[in-house]
Amino acid sequence: MTTPPASAAPELLRVTDLHAFYGESHILHGVDFRVAAGELVTLLGRNGSGRTTTLKAILGLTGKRTGSVTVDGRETVGMPTHKIVQLGLGYCPEERGIFASLTAEENLLLPPPVGSGGLSVDELYAMFPNLQERRKSPGSRLSGGEQQMLAMARILRVGARLLLLDEITEGLAPVIVQALGRAVRTLKEKGFTIVLVEQNFRFAAGLADRHYVMEHGRIVDMIPQAELTASMQKLQAYLGV
Amino acid sequence: MQALFGQLLVGLINGSFYALLSLGLAIIFGLVNVVNFAHGALYMTGAFLAWFGLANLGIGYWPALLLSPLAVGLFGMVLERTMLRRLYQLDNLYGLLLTFGLTLIVEGLFHHAYGNSGNSYPVPEALQGGTDLGFMFLPRYRAWVVLVSVAVCFASWFVIERTRLGAYLRAGTENPRLLQAFGVNVPLMKTLTFGFGVALAGFAGVMAAPIYQVSPSMGSSLVIVVFAVVVIGGMGSIFGSIVTGLGLGLVEGLTKYLYPAASSTVVFAVMAVVLLFRPVGLFGRET
Repeated sequence: MTTPPASAAPELLRVTDLHAFYGESHILHGVDFRVAAGELVTLLGRNGSGRTTTLKAILGLTGKRTGSVTVDGRETVGMPTHKIVQLGLGYCPEERGIFASLTAEENLLLPPPVGSGGLSVDELYAMFPNLQERRKSPGSRLSGGEQQMLAMARILRVGARLLLLDEITEGLAPVIVQALGRAVRTLKEKGFTIVLVEQNFRFAAGLADRHYVMEHGRIVDMIPQAELTASMQKLQAYLGV
Repeated sequence: MQALFGQLLVGLINGSFYALLSLGLAIIFGLVNVVNFAHGALYMTGAFLAWFGLANLGIGYWPALLLSPLAVGLFGMVLERTMLRRLYQLDNLYGLLLTFGLTLIVEGLFHHAYGNSGNSYPVPEALQGGTDLGFMFLPRYRAWVVLVSVAVCFASWFVIERTRLGAYLRAGTENPRLLQAFGVNVPLMKTLTFGFGVALAGFAGVMAAPIYQVSPSMGSSLVIVVFAVVVIGGMGSIFGSIVTGLGLGLVEGLTKYLYPAASSTVVFAVMAVVLLFRPVGLFGRET
Protein backbone atom coordinates (compact mmCIF):
# COMPACT_ATOMS: atom_id res chain seq x y z
CA MET A 1 0.00 0.00 0.00
CA THR A 2 1.55 3.26 -1.12
CA THR A 3 -0.93 5.63 0.54
CA PRO A 4 0.44 7.64 3.44
CA PRO A 5 -1.08 7.08 6.89
CA ALA A 6 -4.41 8.83 7.41
CA SER A 7 -3.04 11.39 9.84
CA ALA A 8 -0.59 12.85 7.32
CA ALA A 9 -3.20 13.86 4.75
CA PRO A 10 -5.56 16.79 5.28
CA GLU A 11 -9.08 15.97 6.39
CA LEU A 12 -11.62 16.08 3.56
CA LEU A 13 -14.78 14.93 5.31
CA ARG A 14 -15.62 15.34 8.97
CA VAL A 15 -18.93 14.22 10.41
CA THR A 16 -19.62 15.28 13.99
CA ASP A 17 -22.64 14.34 16.12
CA LEU A 18 -24.82 13.93 13.04
CA HIS A 19 -28.50 13.27 13.70
CA ALA A 20 -30.91 12.65 10.84
CA PHE A 21 -34.63 12.11 10.60
CA TYR A 22 -37.12 10.78 8.08
CA GLY A 23 -40.30 12.58 9.03
CA GLU A 24 -40.80 11.70 12.70
CA SER A 25 -38.37 8.79 12.81
CA HIS A 26 -34.97 9.51 14.25
CA ILE A 27 -32.51 7.39 12.24
CA LEU A 28 -29.00 8.66 13.00
CA HIS A 29 -28.15 9.25 16.66
CA GLY A 30 -24.94 11.22 16.62
CA VAL A 31 -22.62 9.81 13.96
CA ASP A 32 -18.93 10.76 14.25
CA PHE A 33 -16.22 9.93 11.75
CA ARG A 34 -13.64 11.56 9.58
CA VAL A 35 -12.01 10.78 6.26
CA ALA A 36 -8.64 12.11 5.13
CA ALA A 37 -8.01 13.14 1.54
CA GLY A 38 -7.11 10.10 -0.55
CA GLU A 39 -8.38 7.68 2.02
CA LEU A 40 -10.84 4.84 1.45
CA VAL A 41 -13.00 4.03 4.44
CA THR A 42 -15.92 1.65 4.72
CA LEU A 43 -19.06 1.86 6.76
CA LEU A 44 -19.83 -1.66 7.95
CA GLY A 45 -22.84 -2.82 9.87
CA ARG A 46 -25.99 -4.86 9.74
CA ASN A 47 -28.99 -3.90 7.66
CA GLY A 48 -30.77 -0.97 9.24
CA SER A 49 -27.73 0.22 11.20
CA GLY A 50 -27.84 3.58 9.37
CA ARG A 51 -25.06 3.32 6.78
CA THR A 52 -27.14 4.32 3.75
CA THR A 53 -28.82 7.04 5.77
CA THR A 54 -25.39 8.38 6.74
CA LEU A 55 -24.47 8.84 3.08
CA LYS A 56 -27.84 10.44 2.35
CA ALA A 57 -27.54 12.72 5.36
CA ILE A 58 -24.12 13.91 4.19
CA LEU A 59 -25.82 14.96 0.94
CA GLY A 60 -28.83 16.51 2.63
CA LEU A 61 -31.18 13.91 1.16
CA THR A 62 -32.80 12.95 4.46
CA GLY A 63 -35.36 15.05 6.26
CA LYS A 64 -34.16 17.25 9.10
CA ARG A 65 -30.53 16.84 10.18
CA THR A 66 -28.48 18.36 12.97
CA GLY A 67 -24.85 18.25 13.97
CA SER A 68 -21.98 19.05 11.67
CA VAL A 69 -20.74 17.79 8.30
CA THR A 70 -17.74 19.63 6.92
CA VAL A 71 -16.32 19.07 3.46
CA ASP A 72 -12.82 20.48 3.11
CA GLY A 73 -13.50 22.55 6.21
CA ARG A 74 -16.80 23.99 4.98
CA GLU A 75 -19.93 23.41 7.04
CA THR A 76 -22.68 21.87 4.89
CA VAL A 77 -25.55 21.30 7.31
CA GLY A 78 -28.07 23.89 6.21
CA MET A 79 -26.91 23.96 2.61
CA PRO A 80 -29.26 22.68 -0.13
CA THR A 81 -28.25 19.35 -1.69
CA HIS A 82 -27.04 20.77 -5.00
CA LYS A 83 -24.72 23.24 -3.24
CA ILE A 84 -23.19 20.47 -1.11
CA VAL A 85 -22.56 18.32 -4.17
CA GLN A 86 -20.91 21.24 -5.96
CA LEU A 87 -18.16 21.11 -3.30
CA GLY A 88 -16.92 18.07 -5.20
CA LEU A 89 -19.05 15.12 -4.15
CA GLY A 90 -20.09 12.17 -6.26
CA TYR A 91 -22.90 9.87 -5.15
CA CYS A 92 -23.62 6.37 -6.30
CA PRO A 93 -26.96 5.42 -4.72
CA GLU A 94 -27.86 1.92 -3.58
CA GLU A 95 -30.62 1.64 -6.20
CA ARG A 96 -28.06 2.92 -8.78
CA GLY A 97 -30.35 5.72 -9.88
CA ILE A 98 -30.07 5.32 -13.63
CA PHE A 99 -32.70 7.51 -15.28
CA ALA A 100 -34.91 5.17 -17.31
CA SER A 101 -36.09 7.84 -19.75
CA LEU A 102 -32.52 8.79 -20.70
CA THR A 103 -30.11 6.79 -22.86
CA ALA A 104 -26.95 5.39 -21.30
CA GLU A 105 -24.92 8.21 -22.81
CA GLU A 106 -27.42 10.88 -21.73
CA ASN A 107 -27.15 9.47 -18.22
CA LEU A 108 -23.38 9.63 -18.43
CA LEU A 109 -23.33 13.22 -19.68
CA LEU A 110 -26.12 14.48 -17.40
CA PRO A 111 -24.41 15.59 -14.18
CA PRO A 112 -22.76 19.02 -14.47
CA PRO A 113 -19.09 19.33 -13.43
CA VAL A 114 -18.51 19.77 -9.70
CA GLY A 115 -14.74 20.12 -9.86
CA SER A 116 -11.79 19.99 -12.20
CA GLY A 117 -9.92 16.89 -13.34
CA GLY A 118 -12.84 14.65 -14.19
CA LEU A 119 -12.17 11.66 -16.42
CA SER A 120 -12.96 12.10 -20.10
CA VAL A 121 -15.68 10.09 -21.79
CA ASP A 122 -12.99 8.15 -23.67
CA GLU A 123 -11.20 7.23 -20.46
CA LEU A 124 -14.49 6.09 -18.96
CA TYR A 125 -15.34 3.96 -21.97
CA ALA A 126 -11.87 2.43 -21.71
CA MET A 127 -12.56 1.65 -18.05
CA PHE A 128 -16.06 0.27 -18.76
CA PRO A 129 -16.13 -0.93 -22.40
CA ASN A 130 -19.69 -2.27 -22.12
CA LEU A 131 -21.00 1.25 -21.73
CA GLN A 132 -19.69 2.29 -25.11
CA GLU A 133 -21.51 -0.55 -26.84
CA ARG A 134 -24.70 0.25 -25.00
CA ARG A 135 -24.51 4.04 -25.19
CA LYS A 136 -27.69 4.47 -27.26
CA SER A 137 -29.76 2.10 -25.12
CA PRO A 138 -32.38 3.54 -22.79
CA GLY A 139 -31.35 3.36 -19.14
CA SER A 140 -34.19 0.97 -18.43
CA ARG A 141 -32.74 -1.64 -20.82
CA LEU A 142 -29.32 -1.92 -19.17
CA SER A 143 -28.43 -4.96 -17.10
CA GLY A 144 -27.74 -4.57 -13.39
CA GLY A 145 -23.99 -4.66 -13.98
CA GLU A 146 -24.16 -2.11 -16.78
CA GLN A 147 -26.28 0.16 -14.63
CA GLN A 148 -23.74 -0.05 -11.81
CA MET A 149 -20.84 0.73 -14.15
CA LEU A 150 -22.81 3.65 -15.56
CA ALA A 151 -23.59 4.93 -12.07
CA MET A 152 -19.85 4.87 -11.28
CA ALA A 153 -18.76 6.35 -14.61
CA ARG A 154 -21.31 9.13 -14.28
CA ILE A 155 -19.73 10.57 -11.13
CA LEU A 156 -16.16 10.11 -12.34
CA ARG A 157 -16.73 12.41 -15.31
CA VAL A 158 -17.71 15.43 -13.21
CA GLY A 159 -14.49 15.94 -11.26
CA ALA A 160 -15.81 14.83 -7.87
CA ARG A 161 -13.02 14.19 -5.35
CA LEU A 162 -15.12 12.63 -2.60
CA LEU A 163 -17.09 9.58 -3.72
CA LEU A 164 -19.94 8.14 -1.66
CA LEU A 165 -20.56 4.62 -2.93
CA ASP A 166 -23.54 2.68 -1.59
CA GLU A 167 -23.63 -1.12 -1.99
CA ILE A 168 -22.06 -1.09 -5.43
CA THR A 169 -21.65 -4.87 -5.58
CA GLU A 170 -25.15 -5.78 -4.45
CA GLY A 171 -26.79 -8.45 -6.57
CA LEU A 172 -24.06 -8.54 -9.21
CA ALA A 173 -22.23 -11.48 -10.76
CA PRO A 174 -18.72 -12.25 -9.39
CA VAL A 175 -17.01 -11.22 -12.63
CA ILE A 176 -18.63 -7.79 -12.46
CA VAL A 177 -17.79 -7.47 -8.77
CA GLN A 178 -14.15 -8.10 -9.69
CA ALA A 179 -14.30 -5.44 -12.40
CA LEU A 180 -15.74 -2.97 -9.92
CA GLY A 181 -13.03 -3.90 -7.43
CA ARG A 182 -10.38 -3.07 -10.04
CA ALA A 183 -12.14 0.21 -10.80
CA VAL A 184 -12.27 1.23 -7.14
CA ARG A 185 -8.59 0.31 -6.69
CA THR A 186 -7.68 2.44 -9.71
CA LEU A 187 -9.64 5.35 -8.29
CA LYS A 188 -7.86 5.07 -4.97
CA GLU A 189 -4.50 5.08 -6.74
CA LYS A 190 -5.59 8.20 -8.60
CA GLY A 191 -6.13 9.92 -5.26
CA PHE A 192 -9.91 9.87 -4.95
CA THR A 193 -11.36 9.91 -1.44
CA ILE A 194 -13.96 7.21 -1.01
CA VAL A 195 -16.60 6.30 1.54
CA LEU A 196 -17.84 2.82 0.78
CA VAL A 197 -20.96 1.27 2.23
CA GLU A 198 -20.65 -2.42 1.56
CA GLN A 199 -22.42 -5.61 2.54
CA ASN A 200 -19.79 -7.74 0.82
CA PHE A 201 -17.12 -7.66 3.51
CA ARG A 202 -14.50 -9.54 1.48
CA PHE A 203 -14.84 -6.93 -1.28
CA ALA A 204 -14.42 -4.08 1.20
CA ALA A 205 -11.61 -5.70 3.19
CA GLY A 206 -9.33 -5.85 0.20
CA LEU A 207 -9.64 -2.16 -0.60
CA ALA A 208 -10.08 -0.07 2.53
CA ASP A 209 -7.65 1.84 4.77
CA ARG A 210 -10.01 1.87 7.71
CA HIS A 211 -13.37 0.39 8.66
CA TYR A 212 -16.05 2.13 10.68
CA VAL A 213 -18.63 -0.10 12.29
CA MET A 214 -22.17 1.20 12.71
CA GLU A 215 -24.91 0.02 15.05
CA HIS A 216 -28.28 1.65 15.77
CA GLY A 217 -27.43 4.88 13.99
CA ARG A 218 -24.04 5.41 15.62
CA ILE A 219 -20.40 4.60 14.89
CA VAL A 220 -19.42 2.03 17.53
CA ASP A 221 -15.90 1.09 16.45
CA MET A 222 -13.08 1.88 14.07
CA ILE A 223 -10.70 -0.78 12.80
CA PRO A 224 -7.58 0.16 10.80
CA GLN A 225 -6.75 -2.17 7.94
CA ALA A 226 -3.58 -3.32 9.72
CA GLU A 227 -5.58 -4.64 12.68
CA LEU A 228 -8.23 -6.28 10.55
CA THR A 229 -7.00 -9.85 10.89
CA ALA A 230 -6.61 -9.49 14.65
CA SER A 231 -10.09 -7.99 14.93
CA MET A 232 -11.95 -10.58 12.86
CA GLN A 233 -13.70 -12.17 15.80
CA LYS A 234 -14.92 -8.81 17.12
CA LEU A 235 -16.05 -7.79 13.65
CA GLN A 236 -17.97 -10.99 13.11
CA ALA A 237 -19.84 -10.34 16.32
CA TYR A 238 -20.72 -6.84 15.10
CA LEU A 239 -21.92 -7.99 11.73
CA GLY A 240 -23.55 -11.18 12.91
CA VAL A 241 -21.94 -13.29 10.22
CA MET B 1 -68.82 18.32 -47.76
CA GLN B 2 -68.01 21.95 -47.13
CA ALA B 3 -69.66 21.66 -43.72
CA LEU B 4 -67.50 18.67 -42.82
CA PHE B 5 -64.26 20.44 -43.73
CA GLY B 6 -65.47 23.56 -41.96
CA GLN B 7 -66.08 21.59 -38.76
CA LEU B 8 -62.78 19.75 -39.09
CA LEU B 9 -61.00 23.11 -39.37
CA VAL B 10 -62.78 24.38 -36.26
CA GLY B 11 -61.77 21.12 -34.59
CA LEU B 12 -58.18 21.58 -35.64
CA ILE B 13 -58.16 25.14 -34.27
CA ASN B 14 -59.60 24.01 -30.94
CA GLY B 15 -57.16 21.11 -31.00
CA SER B 16 -54.26 23.54 -31.42
CA PHE B 17 -55.28 25.29 -28.21
CA TYR B 18 -55.82 21.99 -26.41
CA ALA B 19 -52.31 20.95 -27.47
CA LEU B 20 -50.63 24.19 -26.38
CA LEU B 21 -52.39 24.17 -23.03
CA SER B 22 -52.07 20.47 -22.27
CA LEU B 23 -48.39 20.57 -23.24
CA GLY B 24 -47.78 23.23 -20.58
CA LEU B 25 -49.80 21.27 -18.04
CA ALA B 26 -47.90 18.07 -18.85
CA ILE B 27 -44.48 19.71 -18.45
CA ILE B 28 -45.52 21.32 -15.17
CA PHE B 29 -47.07 18.15 -13.82
CA GLY B 30 -44.03 16.13 -14.83
CA LEU B 31 -41.33 18.17 -13.12
CA VAL B 32 -43.12 20.35 -10.58
CA ASN B 33 -45.76 17.72 -9.70
CA VAL B 34 -48.48 20.36 -9.58
CA VAL B 35 -51.86 19.89 -11.24
CA ASN B 36 -52.09 23.51 -12.32
CA PHE B 37 -55.76 24.35 -12.25
CA ALA B 38 -54.89 28.01 -12.85
CA HIS B 39 -53.79 27.20 -16.40
CA GLY B 40 -57.10 28.37 -17.88
CA ALA B 41 -57.05 31.59 -15.87
CA LEU B 42 -53.50 32.31 -17.07
CA TYR B 43 -54.55 31.62 -20.67
CA MET B 44 -57.34 34.16 -20.14
CA THR B 45 -54.86 36.58 -18.58
CA GLY B 46 -52.66 36.25 -21.67
CA ALA B 47 -55.59 37.13 -23.92
CA PHE B 48 -56.61 40.03 -21.70
CA LEU B 49 -53.11 41.46 -21.58
CA ALA B 50 -53.06 41.50 -25.39
CA TRP B 51 -56.49 43.13 -25.50
CA PHE B 52 -55.59 45.66 -22.81
CA GLY B 53 -52.31 46.48 -24.53
CA LEU B 54 -54.03 47.17 -27.82
CA ALA B 55 -56.91 49.15 -26.36
CA ASN B 56 -54.91 51.30 -23.94
CA LEU B 57 -51.25 51.29 -24.82
CA GLY B 58 -51.24 50.83 -28.57
CA ILE B 59 -49.31 47.56 -28.29
CA GLY B 60 -50.22 45.51 -31.35
CA TYR B 61 -50.64 41.79 -31.91
CA TRP B 62 -47.02 40.99 -32.80
CA PRO B 63 -45.36 42.54 -29.74
CA ALA B 64 -48.17 41.12 -27.61
CA LEU B 65 -47.37 37.65 -28.88
CA LEU B 66 -44.01 38.03 -27.12
CA LEU B 67 -44.78 40.37 -24.20
CA SER B 68 -47.95 38.75 -22.99
CA PRO B 69 -46.49 35.23 -22.47
CA LEU B 70 -43.45 36.85 -20.88
CA ALA B 71 -45.64 38.68 -18.37
CA VAL B 72 -47.72 35.57 -17.67
CA GLY B 73 -44.54 33.50 -17.27
CA LEU B 74 -43.09 35.99 -14.78
CA PHE B 75 -46.36 36.04 -12.85
CA GLY B 76 -46.25 32.22 -12.78
CA MET B 77 -42.70 32.22 -11.44
CA VAL B 78 -43.73 34.59 -8.66
CA LEU B 79 -46.63 32.26 -7.78
CA GLU B 80 -44.26 29.28 -7.73
CA ARG B 81 -41.68 31.01 -5.55
CA THR B 82 -44.09 32.52 -3.07
CA MET B 83 -46.85 29.92 -2.79
CA LEU B 84 -46.59 26.61 -4.65
CA ARG B 85 -43.09 25.91 -3.36
CA ARG B 86 -44.42 25.67 0.18
CA LEU B 87 -46.67 22.76 -0.77
CA TYR B 88 -44.15 20.41 -2.39
CA GLN B 89 -43.78 18.18 0.67
CA LEU B 90 -47.54 17.65 0.76
CA ASP B 91 -49.85 15.59 -1.43
CA ASN B 92 -50.32 17.23 -4.84
CA LEU B 93 -54.00 17.67 -4.02
CA TYR B 94 -52.91 20.78 -2.11
CA GLY B 95 -51.33 22.29 -5.21
CA LEU B 96 -54.54 21.64 -7.11
CA LEU B 97 -56.58 23.34 -4.39
CA LEU B 98 -54.25 26.33 -4.27
CA THR B 99 -54.32 26.83 -8.03
CA PHE B 100 -58.09 26.35 -8.03
CA GLY B 101 -58.38 29.12 -5.45
CA LEU B 102 -56.06 31.34 -7.50
CA THR B 103 -58.27 30.71 -10.53
CA LEU B 104 -61.32 31.93 -8.66
CA ILE B 105 -59.47 35.04 -7.48
CA VAL B 106 -57.98 35.92 -10.86
CA GLU B 107 -61.23 35.32 -12.73
CA GLY B 108 -63.17 37.22 -10.07
CA LEU B 109 -60.89 40.22 -10.41
CA PHE B 110 -61.32 40.27 -14.19
CA HIS B 111 -65.10 39.90 -13.83
CA HIS B 112 -65.09 42.80 -11.40
CA ALA B 113 -63.01 45.01 -13.67
CA TYR B 114 -64.38 44.11 -17.08
CA GLY B 115 -67.78 42.49 -16.58
CA ASN B 116 -68.93 39.27 -18.14
CA SER B 117 -69.31 40.28 -21.73
CA GLY B 118 -66.63 39.43 -24.23
CA ASN B 119 -64.37 41.95 -25.92
CA SER B 120 -63.41 41.47 -29.51
CA TYR B 121 -59.81 41.63 -30.66
CA PRO B 122 -59.11 42.37 -34.32
CA VAL B 123 -57.24 39.96 -36.54
CA PRO B 124 -53.84 41.52 -37.29
CA GLU B 125 -53.72 43.18 -40.68
CA ALA B 126 -51.15 40.88 -42.22
CA LEU B 127 -53.30 37.82 -41.46
CA GLN B 128 -56.68 39.09 -42.61
CA GLY B 129 -58.51 37.50 -45.49
CA GLY B 130 -58.13 33.95 -46.63
CA THR B 131 -57.86 31.50 -49.47
CA ASP B 132 -60.55 29.57 -51.28
CA LEU B 133 -59.28 26.02 -51.43
CA GLY B 134 -62.10 24.90 -53.70
CA PHE B 135 -63.69 22.57 -51.16
CA MET B 136 -63.64 25.20 -48.40
CA PHE B 137 -62.63 28.73 -47.49
CA LEU B 138 -59.54 28.88 -45.30
CA PRO B 139 -59.19 32.10 -43.27
CA ARG B 140 -55.55 33.07 -43.13
CA TYR B 141 -55.49 33.71 -39.37
CA ARG B 142 -56.85 30.25 -38.62
CA ALA B 143 -54.23 28.62 -40.79
CA TRP B 144 -51.62 30.67 -38.91
CA VAL B 145 -52.94 29.49 -35.53
CA VAL B 146 -52.74 25.83 -36.51
CA LEU B 147 -49.28 26.15 -38.05
CA VAL B 148 -47.76 28.12 -35.18
CA SER B 149 -49.29 25.95 -32.48
CA VAL B 150 -48.06 22.79 -34.12
CA ALA B 151 -44.61 24.35 -34.64
CA VAL B 152 -44.36 25.52 -31.01
CA CYS B 153 -45.54 22.17 -29.70
CA PHE B 154 -43.10 20.14 -31.75
CA ALA B 155 -40.24 22.52 -31.04
CA SER B 156 -40.94 22.02 -27.32
CA TRP B 157 -41.12 18.28 -27.83
CA PHE B 158 -37.81 18.30 -29.71
CA VAL B 159 -36.05 20.32 -27.01
CA ILE B 160 -37.35 18.03 -24.29
CA GLU B 161 -36.65 14.71 -26.00
CA ARG B 162 -33.50 15.42 -27.96
CA THR B 163 -31.37 18.03 -26.20
CA ARG B 164 -29.26 18.28 -23.08
CA LEU B 165 -31.63 20.81 -21.55
CA GLY B 166 -34.45 18.34 -22.15
CA ALA B 167 -32.43 15.55 -20.53
CA TYR B 168 -32.40 17.60 -17.31
CA LEU B 169 -36.16 17.98 -17.52
CA ARG B 170 -36.70 14.27 -18.15
CA ALA B 171 -34.32 13.28 -15.36
CA GLY B 172 -35.96 15.75 -12.99
CA THR B 173 -39.39 14.43 -13.90
CA GLU B 174 -38.24 10.92 -13.06
CA ASN B 175 -36.35 11.60 -9.84
CA PRO B 176 -35.84 15.23 -8.78
CA ARG B 177 -34.01 14.36 -5.53
CA LEU B 178 -31.42 12.30 -7.33
CA LEU B 179 -30.93 14.95 -10.01
CA GLN B 180 -30.26 17.44 -7.24
CA ALA B 181 -27.77 14.97 -5.73
CA PHE B 182 -25.73 15.45 -8.92
CA GLY B 183 -25.42 19.14 -8.23
CA VAL B 184 -28.29 20.40 -10.37
CA ASN B 185 -30.27 23.33 -8.95
CA VAL B 186 -33.63 21.58 -9.11
CA PRO B 187 -35.61 24.25 -7.20
CA LEU B 188 -34.58 26.82 -9.83
CA MET B 189 -35.47 24.35 -12.60
CA LYS B 190 -38.94 23.98 -11.13
CA THR B 191 -39.46 27.75 -11.08
CA LEU B 192 -38.34 28.12 -14.69
CA THR B 193 -40.40 25.14 -15.83
CA PHE B 194 -43.51 26.45 -14.18
CA GLY B 195 -42.84 29.83 -15.80
CA PHE B 196 -42.38 28.24 -19.22
CA GLY B 197 -45.50 26.09 -18.90
CA VAL B 198 -47.76 29.00 -18.00
CA ALA B 199 -46.07 31.23 -20.60
CA LEU B 200 -47.33 28.68 -23.16
CA ALA B 201 -50.82 29.26 -21.75
CA GLY B 202 -50.36 33.02 -22.08
CA PHE B 203 -49.13 32.51 -25.64
CA ALA B 204 -52.22 30.43 -26.44
CA GLY B 205 -54.33 33.22 -24.96
CA VAL B 206 -52.91 35.82 -27.36
CA MET B 207 -53.35 33.42 -30.29
CA ALA B 208 -56.96 32.89 -29.24
CA ALA B 209 -57.85 36.55 -28.76
CA PRO B 210 -58.77 37.26 -32.44
CA ILE B 211 -60.77 34.01 -32.71
CA TYR B 212 -62.75 33.79 -29.48
CA GLN B 213 -64.20 36.62 -27.43
CA VAL B 214 -61.78 37.89 -24.80
CA SER B 215 -63.80 37.35 -21.64
CA PRO B 216 -63.00 36.44 -18.01
CA SER B 217 -64.59 33.01 -18.37
CA MET B 218 -62.83 32.00 -21.60
CA GLY B 219 -60.30 29.93 -19.65
CA SER B 220 -62.60 28.02 -17.36
CA SER B 221 -64.66 26.66 -20.24
CA LEU B 222 -61.50 25.41 -21.91
CA VAL B 223 -59.49 24.10 -18.98
CA ILE B 224 -61.88 21.24 -18.16
CA VAL B 225 -61.50 19.83 -21.67
CA VAL B 226 -57.75 20.35 -21.46
CA PHE B 227 -57.57 18.32 -18.27
CA ALA B 228 -59.46 15.54 -20.02
CA VAL B 229 -56.87 15.78 -22.83
CA VAL B 230 -54.01 15.45 -20.35
CA VAL B 231 -55.61 12.40 -18.74
CA ILE B 232 -56.31 10.75 -22.11
CA GLY B 233 -52.78 11.46 -23.35
CA GLY B 234 -51.25 10.14 -20.14
CA MET B 235 -50.37 12.38 -17.18
CA GLY B 236 -47.04 14.06 -17.79
CA SER B 237 -46.48 12.66 -21.29
CA ILE B 238 -45.24 15.46 -23.56
CA PHE B 239 -45.81 13.72 -26.86
CA GLY B 240 -49.13 12.33 -25.65
CA SER B 241 -50.50 15.73 -24.75
CA ILE B 242 -49.65 17.24 -28.16
CA VAL B 243 -51.04 14.39 -30.26
CA THR B 244 -54.09 13.91 -28.05
CA GLY B 245 -54.83 17.66 -28.06
CA LEU B 246 -54.87 17.88 -31.84
CA GLY B 247 -56.61 14.52 -32.22
CA LEU B 248 -59.41 15.30 -29.81
CA GLY B 249 -59.98 18.67 -31.48
CA LEU B 250 -60.57 16.78 -34.71
CA VAL B 251 -62.80 14.21 -33.01
CA GLU B 252 -64.85 17.07 -31.60
CA GLY B 253 -65.13 18.69 -35.03
CA LEU B 254 -66.19 15.42 -36.61
CA THR B 255 -68.82 14.93 -33.91
CA LYS B 256 -70.15 18.43 -34.58
CA TYR B 257 -70.70 17.37 -38.16
CA LEU B 258 -72.15 13.92 -37.45
CA TYR B 259 -74.13 14.51 -34.28
CA PRO B 260 -73.79 18.09 -32.99
CA ALA B 261 -75.58 17.42 -29.71
CA ALA B 262 -72.73 15.17 -28.53
CA SER B 263 -69.88 17.49 -29.53
CA SER B 264 -69.33 18.96 -26.07
CA THR B 265 -69.35 15.59 -24.31
CA VAL B 266 -67.46 13.41 -26.79
CA VAL B 267 -64.10 14.21 -25.18
CA PHE B 268 -65.31 12.91 -21.84
CA ALA B 269 -66.76 9.80 -23.43
CA VAL B 270 -63.35 9.17 -25.01
CA MET B 271 -61.71 9.77 -21.62
CA ALA B 272 -63.98 7.21 -19.93
CA VAL B 273 -63.27 4.58 -22.57
CA VAL B 274 -59.51 5.19 -22.55
CA LEU B 275 -59.35 5.01 -18.76
CA LEU B 276 -61.27 1.74 -18.78
CA PHE B 277 -58.79 0.06 -21.10
CA ARG B 278 -55.60 1.99 -20.35
CA PRO B 279 -55.69 3.67 -16.95
CA VAL B 280 -52.29 5.36 -17.55
CA GLY B 281 -53.60 7.09 -20.69
CA LEU B 282 -52.71 6.52 -24.33
CA PHE B 283 -49.06 7.57 -24.04
CA GLY B 284 -48.53 7.24 -20.30
CA ARG B 285 -45.83 4.98 -19.01
CA GLU B 286 -46.91 2.02 -16.93
CA THR B 287 -45.13 1.99 -13.61
